[in-house]
Amino acid sequence: MAKITLVEAVTMALAHELEHDKSVVVLGEDVGINGGVFRATSGLAERFGEDRVIDTPLAEAMIAGLTVGMATQGMKPVAEAQFMGFIFPMVEQIVCHAARFRNRTRGRLSCPLVIRAPFGGGIHAPEHHSESVEAIFAHIPGIRVVIPSSPSRAYGLLLAAIRDPDPVIFLEPKRIYRLNKEEVIDDGEELPLDMCFELKEGSDITLVTWGSMVKETMEAATMLEQQGISAEVIDVATVSPIDMETIHESVKKTGRCVIIQEAARHCSVGSEIAACLAENGLYSLMAPVKRVAGYDVIMPLFKTEKKYMPSVQRILKAVNEVMEVS
Amino acid sequence: MTRVASFSVDYVQHLSPSGELVGAHKTDLATDFDKIKSLYKLMVMTRIFDAKAISLQRTGKLGTYASCLGHEAIHVAIGAAMKHEDVFAPMYREYGAQFYRGVKMSEVLLYWGGDEQGSNFSGPAHDFPWCVPIATQNMHAAGAALAFKLRKEPRCAVTVIGDGGSSKGDFLESINAASAFKLPMVLVIVNNGWAISVPRKKQSSGQTLAQKGIAGGLPSIQVDGNDLFAVHEVMSKALERARNGGGATVIEAITYRLSDHTTADDASRYRPKEEVENARKFEPILRLRQYLMNQNQWSVQQENTLIEECKGKVEEAVQEYLNAPKPKVTDMFDYMYADLPHDLQEQRKYAQELENNG
Repeated sequence: MAKITLVEAVTMALAHELEHDKSVVVLGEDVGINGGVFRATSGLAERFGEDRVIDTPLAEAMIAGLTVGMATQGMKPVAEAQFMGFIFPMVEQIVCHAARFRNRTRGRLSCPLVIRAPFGGGIHAPEHHSESVEAIFAHIPGIRVVIPSSPSRAYGLLLAAIRDPDPVIFLEPKRIYRLNKEEVIDDGEELPLDMCFELKEGSDITLVTWGSMVKETMEAATMLEQQGISAEVIDVATVSPIDMETIHESVKKTGRCVIIQEAARHCSVGSEIAACLAENGLYSLMAPVKRVAGYDVIMPLFKTEKKYMPSVQRILKAVNEVMEVS
Repeated sequence: MTRVASFSVDYVQHLSPSGELVGAHKTDLATDFDKIKSLYKLMVMTRIFDAKAISLQRTGKLGTYASCLGHEAIHVAIGAAMKHEDVFAPMYREYGAQFYRGVKMSEVLLYWGGDEQGSNFSGPAHDFPWCVPIATQNMHAAGAALAFKLRKEPRCAVTVIGDGGSSKGDFLESINAASAFKLPMVLVIVNNGWAISVPRKKQSSGQTLAQKGIAGGLPSIQVDGNDLFAVHEVMSKALERARNGGGATVIEAITYRLSDHTTADDASRYRPKEEVENARKFEPILRLRQYLMNQNQWSVQQENTLIEECKGKVEEAVQEYLNAPKPKVTDMFDYMYADLPHDLQEQRKYAQELENNG
């Protein structure tokens, strides 16, 4: 069994659904013969033809609009936003239409689409190529926001996203697109949406994270283990709707929680998790919840981007502060 | 210098404002009196419905309502030219087309009366509901047309936009999509002269709005939007072409918004009464009735009977609307997702308990 990267797992999931569901089409800028700027659709146009893997004109609002229109008419389009920084022209179609069709027609029309977008910093990319704005979408009722953090979760969650009868924004942490390889069996087995994944069991503190920050968080957890601190690591995976039950259960056990995200802190997914813990989990907590996040500043250009993003050091600092509270 | 491309925009009119057939070319519909009468009746019904909806709003029985006064020929012609299996992506005042396609008057009232059930209408189940954000529906039509094309179905998508909406990127991007993918689609610009308070001339200095379609590579044509025959012919030809793989067409239908933008608007603030009074001379129902009477196909007595019939049907629709069951508090949750997420289940339960104890 060959080991594959996260981006290869995305390709594998797309190929699986193109193969098994005739209503699935892939569309976007450069997704055809070029295979996408990150090669996420590599080889798909050759294999499935230009009617299934569609190069579109360069117009993001149009890509989203076409995707919505196709989805309401019984297709399952999977659109690519080339970078999350270019997703903003799509927002009107996502917020005003994709999210609302089922509700506003009382179930007569639905919108089973996926919009994929590589996101996050850390790859020395130009301006507008490094932001993490998952909270903008997490705020919108009627859609799901799903973020994989490993090749196997990318495969299983993307299958689930494509099969889901409602719209899914699928954000791919591009910093870990090729970070490590994992054995992924192309068996068409999806992973559950709306559920956290417990990546490491622990008893002293709960570390909640998602996307590329899973890497730093797991590294921090290993180092904490050497300090004698047993950290439980939870990958939220679906950041909207959030599976707070799993997080609450973990915090009940550990009594402490640090939330780690690459996105800016203000009004973020981390803020929502912290608020839910304050509302429903306060009596489980032995110390204040801490958020380790990007600063509330414009994502810096790449000379400074590493200083913006939460590091293992920042995670350890926060954990030690939380552990000191007795 | 070499000319690499040249363009022109044709204007089609068959029926003059005084109800006379004009032009050398005769359109088939002009002698099909049974069909003309059935379409005329729907135009009159739409107008009577429209007046009733405005009075319901004025008496507090309806929310803000967007009138279609003066647009009846365009709307009914669109409905009549389309097939049931085609998909319609309207803006928010194309009732004539929707009535033709089976949407009930009571459902239009439900929508403007604040009930989502209005959009769960009796028209074709694949038709789009009303679209308020302006021009986004044009792209839904393009997406639907792309789906039809990929599935090799002989179906077309028809979408409508106003003169104001033709300024939006979404409209232009949908033209571009229709052109790039050669989509089975018809885009109708209903140029009624006004986008709320902003007149047509402030939207664009272009001689026509139809030429925006030409810029995108689509055949584009202008038509007298108060002339049922002309709109029906132009629509039918565009649909036939689209259905046969010839691609999309842009139609600019020239009419006049005889009403306020919506019931929340007061057009007397920004346009002279004389302009509106003058426009009434060109309105579509008057000229079609005149034509039918000139042809000895219609009488004052038939007109009076029709009006009474329409009033009766509109009144029935109003009663149906007023007696419709009120939405349940849980309805706002139950259609958010195919399966309600856990957190929403809790919010739903809370809202239900509040309702029961309230």
